[in-house]
Amino acid sequence: MSKPIIEAVAVSKQYRLGGTWGYLSLRDELAKRFTRAGRLAEEQQTLFWALRDVGFTVQPGEAVAIVGRNGAGKSTLLKILSQITPPTSGHIHMRGRVASLLEVGTGFHPELTGRENIYLNGAILGMTRREIAEKFDAIVEFAEITRFLDTPVKRYSSGMYVRLAFAVAAHLEPEILVVDEVLAVGDAAFQRKCLGKMGDVAKGGRTVLFVSHNMAAVKTLCQRAIHLSHGQVTLDADVETVVLEYLGGLEGLPAEKVWMDPRIRPGDDMFRLLAVRVLDRENRPSSSLLTSQPITVEMEFELTLVHTAFCVGFDLLGPDGNEVFRSWQTDIVDAPPLQVGHNRLRCTIPAEMFNAGTYRIVPKASLHCMKWILNSPDPVTQFETTFDHGESYFLHGGDRPGPLAPILRWEALEPVAREGGAR
Amino acid sequence: MNITTEYIIAPPTRWPSINWAELLRYRDLFFVLAWRDIAIRYKQTALGVLWAIFQPLVTMVIFTVIFNRMAGITSGDSTPYPIFLYVGLLLWQYYSNTLNNTSNSMLQNAAIIQKVYFPRLIIPTASAVAGLIDFAIGGVILFGMMIFYHCYPQWLGIVLLPLLVGITFLSALSLGFTLASLNIKYRDVRYALPFFIQILMYLIPVIYPAKLLEKYLLAKWLALWLLPISGVITVARSSLLGNSPIDWPLLGISLLMSIVYFFGGLYYFRKTERYFADIA
Repeated sequence: MSKPIIEAVAVSKQYRLGGTWGYLSLRDELAKRFTRAGRLAEEQQTLFWALRDVGFTVQPGEAVAIVGRNGAGKSTLLKILSQITPPTSGHIHMRGRVASLLEVGTGFHPELTGRENIYLNGAILGMTRREIAEKFDAIVEFAEITRFLDTPVKRYSSGMYVRLAFAVAAHLEPEILVVDEVLAVGDAAFQRKCLGKMGDVAKGGRTVLFVSHNMAAVKTLCQRAIHLSHGQVTLDADVETVVLEYLGGLEGLPAEKVWMDPRIRPGDDMFRLLAVRVLDRENRPSSSLLTSQPITVEMEFELTLVHTAFCVGFDLLGPDGNEVFRSWQTDIVDAPPLQVGHNRLRCTIPAEMFNAGTYRIVPKASLHCMKWILNSPDPVTQFETTFDHGESYFLHGGDRPGPLAPILRWEALEPVAREGGAR
Repeated sequence: MNITTEYIIAPPTRWPSINWAELLRYRDLFFVLAWRDIAIRYKQTALGVLWAIFQPLVTMVIFTVIFNRMAGITSGDSTPYPIFLYVGLLLWQYYSNTLNNTSNSMLQNAAIIQKVYFPRLIIPTASAVAGLIDFAIGGVILFGMMIFYHCYPQWLGIVLLPLLVGITFLSALSLGFTLASLNIKYRDVRYALPFFIQILMYLIPVIYPAKLLEKYLLAKWLALWLLPISGVITVARSSLLGNSPIDWPLLGISLLMSIVYFFGGLYYFRKTERYFADIA
C-alpha cells in the first residue's frame, strides 16, 4: 500500500466563545485590560474544543465522507484541511495539492461579466491562467450560459449564477478535492448533474473528502465515511455502517423541542425559535401518531420586528432522511398574522397522508428571496407513525414503498377508441 | 498542476517565514486580483477612467487658488506653483490611496479569506499594484503641464523616478500591511484612517516646500525622516524640475526607512494572518 495522501495526527482546534471573538474595537480591548468588569468578562470566556484529537488517514483515490450533526466539527476540520485556519495542536501531513470547495462562486464579483468571473474564480480556486483558458469552453458549456458570457453576473438569475459557479469548481483538477455541502444549491436537475460530475472526479482516481447531510449523496459518492461527534471521531468505517450510525444517532429526538437557554435559541437578532412540537389530535405533544389522524406541527418563536418578507416553516424528512416536503406559513394567501414578541403558529398536516415510519421536522426561517435566517439541515423533533388509515381491505396487507401513502381517487371511464395502429 | 506537493499543516510557529516558492506559484492569482481591482474601479461610471485625471487635476486647481493665490505659499524656488504642487500631489495621492485601499483590502476580501487558502500577502500587494494605473494616468497630465509651463524634466529625475515610486510603493504597502491586519481585529482603523490621512497631508510637504520645515526641528525630524513619502516628494521635485539641489542624504534615509518599515509590516502581517479567517 502506498503512503497515505492525508495523514491527520491528533488534530485539535480550540475556539474562545464570547468576548473577543467577532467584532472587536480598541475600546473593548482597553476596557478588558484596565477595568474589573472587563477582566471578569475575560475570565468568563469559555474555551471550546471544536476538534479534539482527531486522527485518520486517507489513501490516494479514496472518496471519504465526513458526517456528523451540526456543530460536530466537520466544518472546522475542512477549514484546517484547506489551510484556512490553523490547528491548535496536532498536525496533518498532506501529500498532494488540495482544492477546497467550501462554497461555490467564492470571489465572484457582481460587476464583472461571466467570462471575467470564470478567470477570477478559477484563479482564486488555484488554477493558473493557462489551465483556465484550456478549460474555458468546457466550463461555459457545463454552465449553459454561452449567451450571457459577456453580461455582468449581477444580472444573472440565481440559477445561472450557481451553475456558472459550480461549473468553474467542477473543472478543478487537484489531487485532493475537499467539498462542503456545495451540492445543496440549484434545482434538483442541476444537483443531479453536480453529483454526477463529483462521481466522475471520485472515479477518476482523485482523492475526495466530502461533507454532507445528504445521506443518499454520501452513499453514492463515497466508499468510506468518518463520523464526527462533539469534535471527535466516533466511527471510521465503510459508508453503510457509518450512515446507519448517523441516522441511528437521530433516533432519540423528542416530539417536543424547547430551547430554554436564550443563548442557544436558533435564529438571529430578528427571530428566535423557542419551541417546535409535534401534536396529536388532542394537541398534546406525542411522538407516536396514527396516520388516520391529522398531525400538527407547532412552532413558537419571538420576533423583534415583523418583516413583510418573513417566512417561517419546516422541512419534513422521511424515513430515509430525505425531504418529503417543505411548508411555509406564507404558502397560503391568508397567512396567519405575526406580531412583535411571542408568536405561536400551528400547521396541520391532513390525515391519511403518511406511510408508516419515522419522520423528522427541520425548522426553517428566512426573509423571502433575501436571506436565510435559519437553514440548518438538522432535524429537531421527530415522530413515528403507525399506518392505519383507509378502509380498503387491500391496504393493510403489506408495506408501501415511499414516505407517503395517500388514498387517491380512482374512477372508471368509457374506453376511448384508438385511432390507427400502434404508435 | 501535476507536481506532487508535500506539506504539513501544523500550529503556527513563533517566527513566521515567507514561503517564496509558494508566492511564485500563486503569481497568476496575484495578477488576476490586481486586474480585478483595476477592472471594477470604474465599472458603471459615466466618466470612467476620466476620474483618474479629474481628481488630481481639480485638486491641483483648487489648492493652487487657496494655498498659492490666497495664502501666499510658493514653491520656494523658480518653479511655477501649480507644477510644483502637482508633482507632490501625484505622489501623495498614490501614497494615500494605496494606504487606504490596502488597509481595507483584507476586510473587503473577507469572504474569500474565509473560504479559500492562498498566501494572504497577495491581497494587499495586488491592491497596491492596481493603484499604479491611476498614478500613471495622472502622470500624463504632469507631462502636459511641463510642456505648458516650459519646465522640462531633467534626465536625472527620469532615472530616479522608478526608485522614487518604489520607495512610495514600499512605504505605503508596509503601513498598509500593518493597518490591514489591525483592521481585521479592530474596526477602529476604518474610521481613524481617513482622519489620519487628512492630517498626514499637512504634515508632509505636499502643498509647501520642505524648506519651510527647517525652522521646526521636531516637525522636520518627524515628517522628513520618519515618513519616507516626504523625502520622495522633495527629491522628486528637485530631480525632475531641476530648480534646487537634490538632497541625497534625505533620499538615502527615505530608502532605508521604507525598507525597515516593509520588513516590519511584513512580519506583523505574517504573524497575524493565520487567524484572519477566525476573526474577520
